[in-house]
Amino acid sequence: MKVSFKINGATRSVEAPGDKPLLWVVREDLGLTGSKFGCGIAQCGACTVHLDGQPVRSCSVPVSAVEGKSVTTVEGVSSAAAKAVREAWRDLDVVQCGYCQSGQMMSATALLERNPSPSDEDIDSAMSGNLCRCATYHRIRAAIHAAADKLEA
Amino acid sequence: MRKWMSSAVTEPRVTRRRFLAATGFGAAGLVVGCAERSTTESTADAKTAAEPGVESTDLNAFIRIGNDDMVTVIVKHLDKGQGVTTGLPTIVAEELDADWSQMRTEFAPADAKRYANLLFGIQGTGGSTAIANSWMQLRTAAATARDLLLRAAAEQWQVPAGEVTIDAGRVQHAASGRESGFGALVSAAGQLTPIEKPTLKRPGDFKLIGTRQGRMDSDSKTDGSARFTIDITRPGMRYASVAHPPKFGATVAKVDDSAARAVEGVVDVAEIPRGVAVVADSFWTAKKARDLLVIEWDETKAEQRGTDQLMADFRALADADEAPVARKDGDVAAAFGAASRTIEHEFELPYLAHATMEPMDCVVELGEDRCDIWTGSQIQTLDQGAAAAATGLPPSSINIHTQFAGGSFGRRAVPDSDFVVEAIDIAKATEGAYPVKLIWTRENDMAAGRYRPIGIHRVRAAIDEAGRPSAWQHRIVTHSFMVGTPFESSSIVDGIDSSAVEGAANLPYTVDNIHVDLQLARVDVPVLWWRSVGHTHNGWVTEVMIDQLAHAAGEDPVAYRLGLLENHPRHRGVLELATAKADWSTPTPEGLFRGVAVHESFGSFVAQVAEVRVDDGRLKVERVVAAVDCGVAINPDVIAAQVEGAIGMGLGAFMREAVHLDDGVVREQNFHMYRPLRINEMPKVEVHIVASDEAPTGIGEPGLPPLAPAVTNAVFAATGQVITRLPLANQLSKA
Repeated sequence: MKVSFKINGATRSVEAPGDKPLLWVVREDLGLTGSKFGCGIAQCGACTVHLDGQPVRSCSVPVSAVEGKSVTTVEGVSSAAAKAVREAWRDLDVVQCGYCQSGQMMSATALLERNPSPSDEDIDSAMSGNLCRCATYHRIRAAIHAAADKLEA
Repeated sequence: MRKWMSSAVTEPRVTRRRFLAATGFGAAGLVVGCAERSTTESTADAKTAAEPGVESTDLNAFIRIGNDDMVTVIVKHLDKGQGVTTGLPTIVAEELDADWSQMRTEFAPADAKRYANLLFGIQGTGGSTAIANSWMQLRTAAATARDLLLRAAAEQWQVPAGEVTIDAGRVQHAASGRESGFGALVSAAGQLTPIEKPTLKRPGDFKLIGTRQGRMDSDSKTDGSARFTIDITRPGMRYASVAHPPKFGATVAKVDDSAARAVEGVVDVAEIPRGVAVVADSFWTAKKARDLLVIEWDETKAEQRGTDQLMADFRALADADEAPVARKDGDVAAAFGAASRTIEHEFELPYLAHATMEPMDCVVELGEDRCDIWTGSQIQTLDQGAAAAATGLPPSSINIHTQFAGGSFGRRAVPDSDFVVEAIDIAKATEGAYPVKLIWTRENDMAAGRYRPIGIHRVRAAIDEAGRPSAWQHRIVTHSFMVGTPFESSSIVDGIDSSAVEGAANLPYTVDNIHVDLQLARVDVPVLWWRSVGHTHNGWVTEVMIDQLAHAAGEDPVAYRLGLLENHPRHRGVLELATAKADWSTPTPEGLFRGVAVHESFGSFVAQVAEVRVDDGRLKVERVVAAVDCGVAINPDVIAAQVEGAIGMGLGAFMREAVHLDDGVVREQNFHMYRPLRINEMPKVEVHIVASDEAPTGIGEPGLPPLAPAVTNAVFAATGQVITRLPLANQLSKA
């Protein structure tokens, strides 16, 4: 089927089976490979993108469900929160293997967009859907606080 | 007719002998010189390849400098997160006197002649050796390159070489005020003959080593541009998804692929030695069609046992009177006879999956006279050899393009190159008609084996009247991942697999009578090294036992250990530093309990103090304070990051990671059942580094082994319960 939606601000149409997950449309049809495949069942968060501003696991969203909607990936996310997150991630050298980090940053950005000064508990509840096998959690938490500080300043 | 017309089924099976011949391994062990230089180089990350129009000169196998002043370090190791693309260029920049901002990296091609791991004899990454084996090699390479630049400047400026200096990437002659970047000199430098023995810096003169330099891969890994294997695209590429047998050792008996072939976009269905592959125009299509395959499996040769049965079988092996001996000091039997008190525990460890975030994947482009492979290759020489054997091409025609790996923890270092050969098998079965990208689903990845081996450990120890340990008997029952690999002859000697007894046979504590032995079981579940390998077993077992001895002796666990580590100053150093930073000697707030452990692995020493609470059967690890001694700290921040991560990974394993088999079938197929640590469970972590002038060792693994015993010992302090079976799961009693 033909599906049209906004991807990182630009409207695009793709021809794909309606049940093809958004993740694979973004990666294969649109060539945006920053969002990663980890589990295919919304358990790891490596595929997290924003759908109309909300973080979703794109491995479990059929492309038919995004008709007319707006999708933002790590390549295109550019809000103040996104910039603060990216800067904090770099300042603190959060990444190790880096594979899950696009998803981590998309979840963190969505958190800061609705809650500019999250507590540790807020971070836990917003980020516990994102697995990091390198267990960079210690720095993820610190980076979210650092990004929040930057946004407040 | 194309060369690949022969089907996978009729292709001769790769025998071990052929494999060894192809990889250049003989029975005597590992040798250098397995392959000719590949013709294609692979690139690493965003900070890599030169801009168009830039001319560059290779000053040696590791250092290329462009006329834009950029210095590219050829990285012979895989970066799977441990940070070699930062650590190795730091060593080069230091001896080259380059500025950090001009450094770049590129992954080396598969070429064991130039890029062997000096501790392996072949090209590969593992055992926390990347920095250790590269340390003198890269310092020498960089100092040699520095001397070439310096002499090139002296010649160009007609001044004595002794008057030319280099600082932060600028070559200078103070007297004449001449100054240049590397780029303007490198072409001339490349014409000079390198000196044999360059002068290396004195450690006191290090400017970059020992300081925090930002990770080289932080930019590309935070904007989506870092390229992993799963991101590789080739012209005309197709995607493959595979069905593996549900039990280890089963084979395909019959396939009905009619429903799969009917899916729009499916290009091919191929039976391969490891199952059935579906190739399509999209991964999603391939996977969807794969799920429609109806396969009858021949399970006559399959491993049918479940993990409960395996554990029972292991216990029976543990009962044997004798076993191959890994260490024998004094007379254990006599010492037990004279003991004032004996303590005995049986420990049980589960299968653990590496469960890397990026599932195994590989891109293969198979031509008539060459084969190109894109993957997170961890032992390039073995992958190259296995690919040569699988294709019939000479190793020199196998071009491996090493990519960033989305985690490994040992999984991508596979002696039989399982997923690489599988991708080649698909390319062969489809006649090399198009490049193939094989991506394993999470379920493929979880159920493919290569787990950390299970084990039963029985330790019996005695203390004398003074409370000091007088006898220590440790029986290990596990299975070996060295059997049948090129590493077997060098790893298993007289029935002792060194990877199974490491950290046990070299117990550092002063005990006059020690007996450590090993029973290797035969199990057809494929196993592999898992971050810190045998130390994940033995670090836990030994450090829980020594804590129990301290308890029996009525002594403080730290003081007790220190008293038995007379001959191990580096153990003592980290133990003293960690406990000082954790305020070990001051009482904890109510409800908070501490546990400690110290363990050496891969030449590095790590102590950890865990602070825990146990509420109504629920464990919360609040904080872990770690101290590490890994020799010269190249980049303290990367070291800290590795230890933080090892603590998180180790805690997940401690709490609930386990792979179970039910009648041979893997129970935990995805992350809803195999559940690594998540952020809400991550403790606060502090990492302290012992200042050291010793040659650097490694830190990818050594942070992991002390975590489980430190937490076990803290749980004991909190509850009086000794956890001897992992994972913890719901073993803590509720209030």
